[in-house]
Parts: sequence; structure tokens; C-alpha cells
Amino acid sequence: MIGAAGYTLFMLVLVAASVIEGSMPIFSFEGIGFFFGTDWNPVEGREAYGALPYVVGTLVSSAIAMAIGVPISLGIAVFISEISPPRFGTPIGFIIEILAAIPSIIYGLWALFVFRFWIVDFIERPLYEAFGGTIPLFARTPFGLDIFTAGIVLAIMIIPIISSISREILKAIPNSQREAAYSLGATRWETVWKVLFPYAKAGLLGAAILGLGRAVGETMLVTMVIGNAVGANAIPDTLFSPSQTLSSIIANEFNEAVTVFHSSALIALGAVLFILTMGINVGARLLVSRMVKVTPGAKE
Amino acid sequence: MSWMSSEEYANTTSYKLSLLSDTKRRGYKVSVKNLNSWFGSKQALKDINFDVKENTVTALIGPSGCGKTTLIRCLNRMNEMTSSATVKGSVYLDDIDIYASNVDPVIIKRRMGMVFQKPNPFPTMSIYDNVAAGLKLNGIRNKALIREIVEESLKGAVLWDEVKDELGKPGLSLSGGQQQRLCIARALAMQPEVLLMDEPTSALDPIASAKIEELMNELRKELTVIIVTHNMQQAARVSDYTAFMYLGELVEYGPTKQIFENPQKELTERYISGKFG
Amino acid sequence: MNNIENNYHHNIDHRKVIQDAIVRQSYKRKIVNRVFTGVTIVCVMLAMIPLGSILFEVVKNGISAISIEFLTQPQGSIIRGGGGVGPAIQGTLLTVGYASLIGVPIGILAGVYLSEYAGNSKFAYTVRFFNSVMTGMPSIVIGIVGYIILVITIGSFNITAGAVALSIIMIPIVVAVTEETLKLVPNSIREAAHSLGIPKWKVTLFITLRSAKNGVLTGIVLAVSRVAGETAPLIMTILGTSLFFQGFVSPVDALPLRIWRFASQPYEHAHSFGWGAALVLIIMVLSLSILLRFLVLEKSFRLGSLVKTRG
Repeated sequence: MIGAAGYTLFMLVLVAASVIEGSMPIFSFEGIGFFFGTDWNPVEGREAYGALPYVVGTLVSSAIAMAIGVPISLGIAVFISEISPPRFGTPIGFIIEILAAIPSIIYGLWALFVFRFWIVDFIERPLYEAFGGTIPLFARTPFGLDIFTAGIVLAIMIIPIISSISREILKAIPNSQREAAYSLGATRWETVWKVLFPYAKAGLLGAAILGLGRAVGETMLVTMVIGNAVGANAIPDTLFSPSQTLSSIIANEFNEAVTVFHSSALIALGAVLFILTMGINVGARLLVSRMVKVTPGAKE
Repeated sequence: MSWMSSEEYANTTSYKLSLLSDTKRRGYKVSVKNLNSWFGSKQALKDINFDVKENTVTALIGPSGCGKTTLIRCLNRMNEMTSSATVKGSVYLDDIDIYASNVDPVIIKRRMGMVFQKPNPFPTMSIYDNVAAGLKLNGIRNKALIREIVEESLKGAVLWDEVKDELGKPGLSLSGGQQQRLCIARALAMQPEVLLMDEPTSALDPIASAKIEELMNELRKELTVIIVTHNMQQAARVSDYTAFMYLGELVEYGPTKQIFENPQKELTERYISGKFG
Repeated sequence: MNNIENNYHHNIDHRKVIQDAIVRQSYKRKIVNRVFTGVTIVCVMLAMIPLGSILFEVVKNGISAISIEFLTQPQGSIIRGGGGVGPAIQGTLLTVGYASLIGVPIGILAGVYLSEYAGNSKFAYTVRFFNSVMTGMPSIVIGIVGYIILVITIGSFNITAGAVALSIIMIPIVVAVTEETLKLVPNSIREAAHSLGIPKWKVTLFITLRSAKNGVLTGIVLAVSRVAGETAPLIMTILGTSLFFQGFVSPVDALPLRIWRFASQPYEHAHSFGWGAALVLIIMVLSLSILLRFLVLEKSFRLGSLVKTRG
């Protein structure tokens, strides 16, 4: 039994060891410059590999997802825990959980064949026509397979996680806090904004960061809609540019990698992703567990 | 509700009617008329009637589950925000039915403050900000005024001398009894006319409880206090009038001395003498 | 207290200032509160639209592809179409089953250990913490593990590599849910059994675990439905193939992989097959989730949200 528990720890070591072991060849080839390079050329004899564009692509697509997903998730969590009577809140929570159960490959399929046309028609093209000439951010004919689409679909993916954890955190706030606010004449909005959110700040931040961790690591969905640019082109110069993330390039190229360095470079991107998500998750877990386990109440 | 400015809204007849309170036609501060309340299909309050005089302390007593906490929450419309209870009947504050459709519940909360079973200061706020919370929430921006009211309210809750040098400390750094007085100060800052206290000493040690009881004696000079208590000695010590409740009904209501020394109903006598509950 | 002079008097001016402020802002606050309520409702609806659209499109586009041939036959010609996703369905069942054989026992044992034996030791805390961190590990990184330790050493893409990778995804979920449910078993049950002189391992196995059966099952179902939809780690472990199971050292197919490959082909019939495969997958996964809902109603709401954090 201790062995089984130990194994769960060992898995983490296994993951770390594997990605480090697998990425050794590329570090001997590119050195530390791997992290800052922007070239990507797997042709034997002219090989060059740099991780920077994919780190940028990952961070930008996740940032778009967070900017859209976090406010919506908080809105949902507040609606379920503070506004709606349980007879509505419970089924809504259930439906949101179904959203979480749908495999990401199906999100990807839907985004590729259905949703991206909505985005082009209802968001990107109007923005392009209105601001394309003046604001560089929108200065590119939208096609739908770009970092903006990827960000929005990622937002849809992370909403269930962030909203259900936030909901738990809001429910963990003692009722006496709400009573205190209401007894002073606060409206529901004022209670949520001025009392509950400050009280649950750390936990809500943790929930958002857990969502970020998921957005950063999400693979298939991004692979299908981000446009899969390679090398320096993967650094987006507008919102509507194709890009590439750490995980999407691994999925795209892994089976086509012929040379040792190409495989190793892809695994090294996995190592970068590993470090990134480890950092994010450790931080988020610390925040969430502090919030949920230690509920500060009246000291007696 | 059509779109209008706040000033226009404040000038509407219905809103003005909701604020009228200067005349005291009824002669009582709070009057409860035919008040019923249900949780789903379960009736929690049955036809409650009683009147409370100004500048008195009224105690609601009775065994657990008798509806006294539900009742006190119906008196300032707290029940609407925190539970699923439905209410029928009227509660008059002076001559306003607080359940009338044109009444602004925020004004009712201003006029009827509340203190709860467990001290519940806002943990992210300092002592000062806790007392000022209601003022800021309700749109008071004048810093000098806030400062004045905070000091006055802390003095009113007999906490000022203990905390005047550490107003910036978190509210949670205080002891349990101090926290409860902080919550009383927070309620007093809104300049209420009635203070509702829901078992305010149940989470406190005897010394801290005694301080709160003494404080109630002082508060009665300025406002009307209604207190729910488990503790019959406490009711006998602090209150002028006592209401005994049982299974959602108001069994007996009268001067405290009479309830404790010469109860009219057998049920009351049995409860007072500790035969059940 | 008597030595404190009580100079508390309600200042009528203060009362008026506060009342005036409330009156002045009453309307604005009501409006803000309504707008806020409206915004939260819009948020809920925004989240519902994708769900509705996904289910609608998958059913609409997938239903026409489904037939006996589709469910049982291997893929036909890439260009002309025909055939089915038989190998992918078989592969998903085999790989997920294999992964469960590895992951479920380890997950339950570790969960039991954490709940019944470890207490609050430093080791238990570490296991718990990193277990929850592992639930957030991107699945593609876990695929690399399968590739490095099993594909390279064996010399071919194979089902064991896929199963091991998926089990690494499953274990943290099973551990977390098992531990949480066992903690919900009231201590009095354990104490009653111990007082009869039953040894601890028997109490744990026959009494504690048995009364927590539903919860543990929840964890398993949750983990299975989670990995059944995984794609990324399979790319680098089982690769995918158009053939039925060929043995333990050959590539295997899986539904999510097949959907991905279909979607990247330029042919209309391939897209239709993609939707068909998506419909099969979604039915498998959602029926598991809904089964779960009936199995353990309220509890799974919470647990589900806590472990679904992987990329």
C-alpha cells in the first residue's frame, strides 16, 4: 500500500526523468540557445530548433482564454452559488459538468468545422473591417484558423473547471459574512463584490490559475484551430495570425520526426511545458488548498 | 421600471411614501401583525402578533426550533436574502409596513441594525474599516464624517478605549467578545432606531457576555432592542418585555417580571421552571 | 464598565446624512444590481451555447455515418471511403481496459493508504499534494513518458505504452476520489468493528471500503471517462492504425486518434466518418458520466470539478 502511494510520487519523477532524458540530445546540439531561438528547421544537415515562438504562442493563446474565460466563469459561479435558487442552480451545475466531460478532440472537431466560421463571421471580420486599417492588432484578413480562435475555444474549455471550483469556494464562505453585508443594506451585487470576492480572493485566484494550467497544456483542440505556423512565423503579429503552441507542435510533428534532434527538440518542448505547468499547478494548489481548508472565521 | 435619474426616482411619490416615519400614530416602535412564515410547506411562524415600545429591551425566548430566530429575521427583511422562507403578514416600523411593495429594504436595514450569533467581522478589513463598512457601502464619502461616526460608534459599543490605538489592525485580531462589540459598533454606525440581536452572547464566555448585557442596558436609552436568547437568566436580567415562543407560535407576551414570576399559561410556566426545553 | 462614561447618542444629523445618501443612490444601486444579475445570466447562457451546438452538430453530422458496417469494419479506401471504425472502437476498449487494470488497483491502494493509514504524516502530505499536481499535468507530457520508457525500449509503438500513459492520467483521479470518499465514512463504523477485535486490514477491506463502494466506483468511472477521450498521449504511444489488434508490439487504433486523422483529411466522407466516430465517443463518455450521476448523486458534483484539470 505504501508502495502504491509511493508510486504516485514516483510517477512525477518518471515524467520529469523522461522529459529530461529525452531532451538531452537537443541541448547538446543547441545548448541553452534552444530556449531563445526562433528557427525551426527539421531538414537534415540544416537543422535548427528554437522554442521561443511556441512559448509565446502558448502564453498568448492562454492569455486570450483567461481574459474571456475567467469573467464568464466567475459570473456562472456567482449565479449558481449566490443568485439562483437551488432548483435552477443544481441542473445548471450539472450541465456545466457535462461540458467538462466532453473530450477535447470533440471540441476541436466542432471548432474546426463549425465554430470557427461563427468566429470569422461574427467577430473577426467585423473587427477587421472596422479597425483593420488603423489598429495593427486586427490588421490581417481573418481566416478563422488563428490564435484568436484558439484562445476563444480554450476559454470554452476552461470555463467548466474555473466555474465549478469557484462555485465550491464561494459556497465555502460562511453565511455569516453574507448576513453581515445584507444587514448593512448591501445589495446582492455589493455583497458579492465588496465582501465575498475579497474574502475568497486567494481561492478564486487559485481556481483561475488551475484553468490557466489546463489552457497551457491543452493539445488537440489547439492543434486543430491555431493554424500551425512554424518557426518565427509562429510568433503572432496580429490577433488573427496563425500561431503554434508547445503542445500543438509536439502533436503535429511527433510522428513525422525522423532525425534524433527533431524528436529530441519536440521532447524538450515537452520539458518546457512540464516546467511551465508544474509551476502553475503548484502555485494554484497552494492557493486553493489554503482557501478551502482554512476558513477564517470568528476567533474564539 | 423606466430609466430615470436617481434624483427623479427619489422624488417619486411611491418612494417618498416609503420613507415617511416621523409621525408615530401607532404609538409603538415595532408592531407585528398576523405574521406567518413557511419553509417550503412547513410553517415556521403561525399568526404572530405583538407590539414593542420604544427604548425597551424585548427578549424572545423558547426552545430550539421554536421559530424565534426566524421571527427576528423577518423583522428587518433579512429572511429575503438568506433563506427560502416565504412571509405573509405585516411588520410595522413606526407606521410603515416594511413588507409594503414601495418600501426600500435598504432603508429598513439602515433603521433596523442586526447582530448575529457568532461575531462576523469582515476578515479582510481593519477594525476601522469594519465599522465604516456600512457607511461606505451606502455611499457616504465624507472622510471626516466617517471618522467621527466610527469613533462615536466604537464608544457606543464600549470598545473605543480598547482599540483606539490600533484601528488599523484586522478585525479578526480581537478577542471573541471584542469582535462581537465590533459588530455592534458596525451596526450602530448606521444610526439604527432598532437593534435586533440574534443570540449575541451564545458564542462568548461569561465575562464577555456580561459586558454585552451591560451594553444593552446603555443602548436601550437610545434605541429599541429586540434580542433572541437561549438563556433565560439573560432574558430576566436584561429585558423589559419577554415573548415566549413554542412550535412557531407566540404563546405568551408581557412584561418580563410577569412572565417570570406569574406566567398566565401553563406551557410558559413549565418552560420557565425548566420542565422541558 | 461603570467607570466608562457612555457618551453615546445618536446624532440626528448623522442619521439624516446616511438616510439622504441611501435615498440619493437607491435607484442607481437597484439598477446596478439588476445589470449584475443580468450579466451573470448571460454568462450562464454563453456557456450553454457551445454545449448545445456541440451536441447538436455531433448528433446531426454523426448519425448518418453510423451503421453496423461503420461500427465493426476496418477503414476502407482513404480516397473513396467506405468501411468503418471497428479497430478504433476495439482499440479504445482494449487500451482503456488495460490502463484500468494498471491504474485502478494502484489508485485504490494509494487512496486507502492515505485515508486509513497515513494520517497526517509528512509523506502523506507530500503524496497528496503532488497527486493533485499530477492531475494538472498536460497529457501530452505524459505521452512522452510512454514513448521514452516503452516505445523506444520495445522498438515499436505498442498498446502497453499507451496503457501505461493513460494509467498515469487515471491514478491521481482514483487516488483523490478514493481518499475523499473513505474520509466520509463515519469513524464510528470503524471503531465499532475494531472493538469487536477484527484486524485493521479486514475492517478496511470488508467494512470501510464496502461502505464507500459507490464513491470509489465514482472515481473509477470518472477516470475511465476521462482517459477514454484522451488523444495527445496516444499519438506518441499507440500511434493508430487501420488494422484490428495485431498483438502487444504493434500499433493500435483509438477513437480520438481516428477522429483527429479523419478531420485532417481533405475528403468529405472522411469528415463524415469523423463526426460518426465523435458520436460514438461522446455516447461512450457521456453515458459513463450520466451513469455516474445516478450512481452517486450529489457527491460527484464536487469531486468531478476537482479532478478535471488536465490539458
